[in-house]
Amino acid sequence: MIMETVFTPMQSLVGGLLIGLSAVLLMATTGRIMGATGVVAGLIRPASTSEFTWRAVLLAGMITGPLIVYALTGQMPEVQVPISSPMLIAGGLIVGIGVTLGSGCTSGHGVCGIARLSWRSIVATLIFMVTTGMTVFIIRHVIGG
Amino acid sequence: MRLISVYFVGLIFGVGISISGMANPAKVLNFFDLAGTWDPSLAFVMGGALIVTFIGYRVVLKQPAPILGARFHLPSDQALDLPLVGGSALFGLGWGIAGFCPGGALPAIGTGKTEVLIFVAALLAGIFFAKVFLVTLVSRLTASA
Repeated sequence: MIMETVFTPMQSLVGGLLIGLSAVLLMATTGRIMGATGVVAGLIRPASTSEFTWRAVLLAGMITGPLIVYALTGQMPEVQVPISSPMLIAGGLIVGIGVTLGSGCTSGHGVCGIARLSWRSIVATLIFMVTTGMTVFIIRHVIGG
Repeated sequence: MRLISVYFVGLIFGVGISISGMANPAKVLNFFDLAGTWDPSLAFVMGGALIVTFIGYRVVLKQPAPILGARFHLPSDQALDLPLVGGSALFGLGWGIAGFCPGGALPAIGTGKTEVLIFVAALLAGIFFAKVFLVTLVSRLTASA
């Protein structure tokens, strides 16, 4: 199923600036990379209690994000899911395995890693952007077309 | 003090993701659908986040240590190896199927939408599987090679 969405350059830019701000603040305060993969992966079998605690608190902050948006605007952020549950489960499992082996995702590699000009992150980001595009093309225009 | 700052950093990230559109699979998939219902918004997310992080990291990483930590924790690995390449390709496949990446899905938990919870549960299962089985396997294979 395909849903049309509205082009939102301003909101997306402001959202991006805030994501960048949070990455800079996390590095400035705790010296850590703002990577969603690192946050959840570190919650599973953590090396120590303190390694677990800061990640759990960061995650709690993230989850409050949409609620703050709701409190300020009266609307929850739009989450439109044109995907069936079996495909969500398959996608979730594959993403989980991929980001663990690849040591990062859009935030860790795509934002923080590229900002550090890390070759690993630049290569990882190019690969996952291209494979995501190919996957969407095949699902929508080859299989679905 | 440290945990309070971490909470607010997570909150800024969560608000940023919420208004950027990264938590909205319909928007994410349309960004990758150049041949169809293309929505270029997410380029603005990535651009905004990168500008701030690129400049911010230059300033922050010049300091001797983070404000609330002993040292900066930066990945030292430089190798463009198979786990990085294969893992990133798998991540792209999963992202293209589900439309959620970890950084988009985690804050979206706050919306309470069932689809988000289904994806995150599968994501955790994938990370757990990869951490427990695959990472050990990969390190054994690389050690013996």
